[in-house]
Amino acid sequence: MSRLAERPANPSVGKPDPHESAAGHVTGHALYTDDISTARTDALTAWPVQAPHAHARVTAIRTEAATAVPGVVRVLTAADVPGVNDAGEGGDEPLFPAEVMYYGHPVCWVLGETPEAARIGSNAVEVDYEELDSLITVADAVAAGSYQGNHRVSRRGDPESALDEAAHVFSGEIETHAQEHFYLETHAALAYVDESDQLYVQSSTQNPSEAQVIVAQVLGLSSHEVTVQSLRMGGGFGGKETQPHGLAAVAALGTTLTGRPVRLRLNRNQDITITGKRPGFRMSWKAGFDDAGKLVGLKATMTPDGGWSLDLMEPVLSRALCHIDNAYWIPNIEVDGRTVKTHKTSHTAFRGFGGPQGIFLIEDVFGSSAPALGIDPAELRRRNFYQPGHTTPYGQPVRDCERMPAIWSQLRQESDFAARSAEVESFNAAHPHTKRALAITPLKFGISFNQTSMNQAGALVLVYKDGSVLINHGGTEMGQGLHTKMLQVAATALGLPRTAVRLAPTRTDKVPNTSATSASTGADLNGGAVKNACDQIRDRMADVAAGMLGVEPADVDFSGGMVSASGASGSGASRSGASSASSASNRELTFADVAHEANAKRVQLHAAGYYRTEGLQWDPETWTGTPFKYFAYGAAAAEVEVDGFTGAYRTRRVDIVQDAGDSLSPMIDVGQIEGAFVQGAGWLTLEDMRWDTSDGPTRGRLLTQSASTYKLPSFSEMPSELNVTLFDEAREDGAIYGSKAVGEPPLMLAFSVREALRQAVAAFGPAGRKAELAHPATPEAVFWALEAARDAARQPATDTTTPNPTLTGG
Amino acid sequence: MDQNITLYVDGNRRPVTVDTRTTLLDALRDRLDVTSPKKGCDHGQCGACTVLLNGRRVTSCLVLAVAYDGADVTTAAGLGSDDELHPVQQAFLDRDGFQCGYCTPGQICSAVGMMEEAERGSPSHVSANLNDPVELTDEEIRERMSGNLCRCGAYVNIVAAIRQAADPEAEQIRQARAERQRNEPVLREDDAPTSYQVSVSGEEGR
Repeated sequence: MSRLAERPANPSVGKPDPHESAAGHVTGHALYTDDISTARTDALTAWPVQAPHAHARVTAIRTEAATAVPGVVRVLTAADVPGVNDAGEGGDEPLFPAEVMYYGHPVCWVLGETPEAARIGSNAVEVDYEELDSLITVADAVAAGSYQGNHRVSRRGDPESALDEAAHVFSGEIETHAQEHFYLETHAALAYVDESDQLYVQSSTQNPSEAQVIVAQVLGLSSHEVTVQSLRMGGGFGGKETQPHGLAAVAALGTTLTGRPVRLRLNRNQDITITGKRPGFRMSWKAGFDDAGKLVGLKATMTPDGGWSLDLMEPVLSRALCHIDNAYWIPNIEVDGRTVKTHKTSHTAFRGFGGPQGIFLIEDVFGSSAPALGIDPAELRRRNFYQPGHTTPYGQPVRDCERMPAIWSQLRQESDFAARSAEVESFNAAHPHTKRALAITPLKFGISFNQTSMNQAGALVLVYKDGSVLINHGGTEMGQGLHTKMLQVAATALGLPRTAVRLAPTRTDKVPNTSATSASTGADLNGGAVKNACDQIRDRMADVAAGMLGVEPADVDFSGGMVSASGASGSGASRSGASSASSASNRELTFADVAHEANAKRVQLHAAGYYRTEGLQWDPETWTGTPFKYFAYGAAAAEVEVDGFTGAYRTRRVDIVQDAGDSLSPMIDVGQIEGAFVQGAGWLTLEDMRWDTSDGPTRGRLLTQSASTYKLPSFSEMPSELNVTLFDEAREDGAIYGSKAVGEPPLMLAFSVREALRQAVAAFGPAGRKAELAHPATPEAVFWALEAARDAARQPATDTTTPNPTLTGG
Repeated sequence: MDQNITLYVDGNRRPVTVDTRTTLLDALRDRLDVTSPKKGCDHGQCGACTVLLNGRRVTSCLVLAVAYDGADVTTAAGLGSDDELHPVQQAFLDRDGFQCGYCTPGQICSAVGMMEEAERGSPSHVSANLNDPVELTDEEIRERMSGNLCRCGAYVNIVAAIRQAADPEAEQIRQARAERQRNEPVLREDDAPTSYQVSVSGEEGR
């Protein structure tokens, strides 16, 4: 076992501890960015002036009327920018744009003594626009040839011949919609110049280092002149990976120009109309199967809607292309991906980061083809699982792929799948207007940033001479429990109870050059760095303790806050009157005793930790390599009931088995699994993001601007029963204390709900019909799908695509 | 127009001058630096700003402060302290009824208000009989809490937490049963270590 994965006896990791801020959360004492801002009564408020066009040239901005509003201090425009007028690292996101690129694009910002003054002031700014033609849908953009970023192709084998020779060939076209993050804490920043003349920005960001870079870039400063802190976020989900940084720069610019703290908090309408979302994808596919139901060839295209700037779309597309295989062996494949540029918000990271869209495609292939192949969908999926020795389309060996069938069979047993499938069948036979279905879907998700250089992290661990420990690391807390896990890692590495370790907020002046907390890598990367720092300190303290105990350093044991010779802990042998050397070696020291002695002996008690994921390699030109350290596996079984009169449905029961490695923190991980599943089910079945695609004056305006029109999962849509099991015997040798990432993968367990809905819809129609279902599968979409199924039942001859349908499931 | 009012926030007398258009939420957060109630949607749609106003739950972004001169306002911070939590707060902590924590103070105030409504026999949309005493089944809890959103999706654990706070004894029995089932070996024919399992079903679970 690797030293990274090995756990000492009685470790803090693996305990189902509550979240480190639990008491603060339940009382409301835990502070978020804007809670800090409210205490700064001297702060100005920043308010955007949002353009009422999807695409337009800004021909004039007149601010006189705004500055005449009582309480308005200043209007920030492009002319105020001392550095580079850009909110991103790619140079395509002007912060104060001369060209409006989406409806609601902020063209300038007003600073006021109060939010009220700033708001009134923003209404008084006069902006002249010259309207331009706009592209709102993917179809608009494709027709106009409006693309951005690289054109990528993932190819293996000879898909053309495979499709020519396949016994059964099916095709499909489907579009997934955007998904709004709707973190309950909207974007917020507070900027001021601190007592040491340092520009300080508190930002609700998943990537403080990039916030620092962008603030410095806009202000023409060096990074060491800017400190960014991210205390905690009220949800991130990827929406705070790049999007906060222009906002942080606006606040920072305001504070340098006025000498006053500047507070910026987007209200919900601003947040949802200004910031990017999970991109919608237009996808088409053609899949060939042999008579046994083995997928022999696949050709597909993926056209993500990137919105107005490239943002993270290239890595999102990479991840989509690298996840089209999900858990399945596809010998011959070509997937073509290219991002379009439209006049919408700049679409960005969202939990899963393209992975869900990639998996959507392949699950659409299996789900829609299974009835036409006459094979039970669960069986069809299982037959196509990766086998040992297989590689992904990009050439990475699928290590631990035998976990997939093990998880599958465990889930089938735990969910009583066979018996309940039979119950579903008899229920459906007895109920012409209500149909149930039970579906099971697998999951394989690659862990590491596709871009190898991002897979590194740092930490700073301080042991004080009283034995107390303060840790800093580069990851951010957004509710995923990263800080809790880092406390557990440090406590484990130093042999301390968790309560002996405290964690300081994430700041760029503690750990520099950090990667975003994203791609589910937070615990892997930062945990590696925290452990590395702790190991350095512990090794030095072991030398000191060895001298105190009269043993070799290798024989010093740190456990439960005590330091002792290996095997001597709690033995009571020191009372037995043995020699002085052995009585020393039988002594038990406290961690504080050793820390105090180390300091007296001039031994360093702090360390910078560093971790980089070994073994990664990626060539984006040939689309081959080993981009992922390991794969996380899982499966879910969902049962739904659909009402044939309305399309309304409910989820009766969901069972999940997820591979989280040897979990660092089981209660946190189970919460992540449940929450990710709920968010995935939201994306797949409820959340319907719409823009105005008409040619009217509000073309391009987001129509679903609040929770009243954008349906989020609520208590009402929860499954009546939800059972989550962590897969056991799951140690991952290449990750911190044998654990695996868990933030994103379970989101894709929600495909079980979509596939169950598809099967229930199909049950209203004739067997053997290709089963199609739109995204998102709202009750309305389900209704139209089951209407189509019922129509087919009325004209069976025209819609039956296989001569001998023997559908055994659904 | 400005108006002088006095609020009694978590037991503290807090005189404040507010514009008559100021919401209770803005008065609390921006004027009195009471940040336990959070601002999530500005529209009364998410419930993050829920407080108990004279003992009843309200979304504080939808009421005007000036209308409640002299009122008692209880936030989650006033229900308990970090060292001595309210039973509902303790239950949220025990059952992991949150992730990012942003909706949590509102969820907790809403739960406390809701439990009092149920105690009073106030029926909900899913109550079978308008005059029967209310039993806080999972269905009742879900319906009565439906005004509070949690984007992290901690709903199942929130329901479990409220169940625990509403009837600790019944929940203890349920937990013990789940624990026994958790300690039974799962599935593997060999002597593999057991899985960590959590059942959050409103029914008996597995």
